[in-house]
Amino acid sequence: MAAGSAAPTSGEYIVHHLTHLNSTGHAQKSVIDWSVINIDTMFYSILLGLATVFVLWLAARKSTSGVPGRFQAAVEILVEMVSEQAKGIIHSAESRKFVAPLALTVFVWIFFMNAMDLLPVDVLPKIGEMFGIHYQRVVATADLNAALGMSLGVLLVCIYYNIKIKGIGGWVHELFTAPFGSHPLLYPVNFIMQMIEFVAKTVSHGMRLFGNMYAGELVFMLIALLGGTATVFGFVGHVIAGSIWAIFHILIITLQAFIFMMLTLVYVGQAHEAH
Amino acid sequence: MNLNATLFAQLVVFFILAWFTMQFVWPPIVKALDERAKKIADGLAAAERGKQDLELATKRSTEALREGKEKAAELIANAEKRGAQLIEEAKANAKAEADRIVAGAKAEIEQEAVRAKEQLREQVAALVVTGAEQILRREINAQAHSDILATIKQDL
Repeated sequence: MAAGSAAPTSGEYIVHHLTHLNSTGHAQKSVIDWSVINIDTMFYSILLGLATVFVLWLAARKSTSGVPGRFQAAVEILVEMVSEQAKGIIHSAESRKFVAPLALTVFVWIFFMNAMDLLPVDVLPKIGEMFGIHYQRVVATADLNAALGMSLGVLLVCIYYNIKIKGIGGWVHELFTAPFGSHPLLYPVNFIMQMIEFVAKTVSHGMRLFGNMYAGELVFMLIALLGGTATVFGFVGHVIAGSIWAIFHILIITLQAFIFMMLTLVYVGQAHEAH
Repeated sequence: MNLNATLFAQLVVFFILAWFTMQFVWPPIVKALDERAKKIADGLAAAERGKQDLELATKRSTEALREGKEKAAELIANAEKRGAQLIEEAKANAKAEADRIVAGAKAEIEQEAVRAKEQLREQVAALVVTGAEQILRREINAQAHSDILATIKQDL
């Protein structure tokens, strides 16, 4: 499938595209290495995070109770949507003051990061190469670190509210007595169940987003490879498949951002409920 | 899909962004939304009040119209009554005047008749006297019988 003798094989192409630009300068060898940091993920997530808060802040800065402009109305629709969801799930108005803005940030931020998937897969890496940056992945949410980092943040928020609402004693009591009941024999079972629940929630929360975006990115790369064959079939296939997948992906990036936001609210809402 | 320190960096960024939104984005927008909702509610209430006022005003104007009509009808009725009264009065006056004139005329006629009788009586007396004179010239002295003649004149 290689287009020319100097071009990489399709396997090399994919691997190259899936390699992060990290602090070591080459691909990470071990599965877990806390001394490494992915520069590309950090760059794009911070850039888009700043874009998120800047866009929201632009709307907030000029927000009036009078007739809103189109931009303000659009942001207000978002705020209203998140606010309604938060009201339905979290019944404490005090907690909503923090959790609702957090959910809004998460939604817009993840939406922006996911939307990077819609850029042609080779554009930013090629530009990077011109400046001597050989590895680059532009979809921050397709990095497990980013997705798990955010779901870990949600876990911390959950723990914070568990302790805040129920008190340390209340929460520890709940850890050992729910869901099966208060009996010394059931304490370890309950505790193990609770731990599994927390881990499962957090991992599935992050993995869901990561998996969707990673798979989406991979499909875009495969479609790009199809176009890379430089044949009529490849070109037509690339155009058709690329269009279909990109249009479908508009749904996915929005849906994943929405799901992540909703689960954030649901988990924090659960932290408010005493068993 | 390797795990590394990016995870924790992302965690920190996550909270910083959330904090920023909580501090600078969420409150003004929610405040604007709440204020607008209140404005709209106030506007709707004002519209409702306006509608009620209008209804009240309509009722009052209908009432006023009805009252005016009643008053006008009363005035017309009064005027008609007064008119009839005036006609009656005028009629009565005219009748009285006519009676007066007729009475005057009658009195005058009577006077006239009395005067005519008086004249007639004088003439008849003169005629009788003349006749009697002519008759009696041969037989009696007129002076001698003037008393009798005067008495007769009175009785006529």
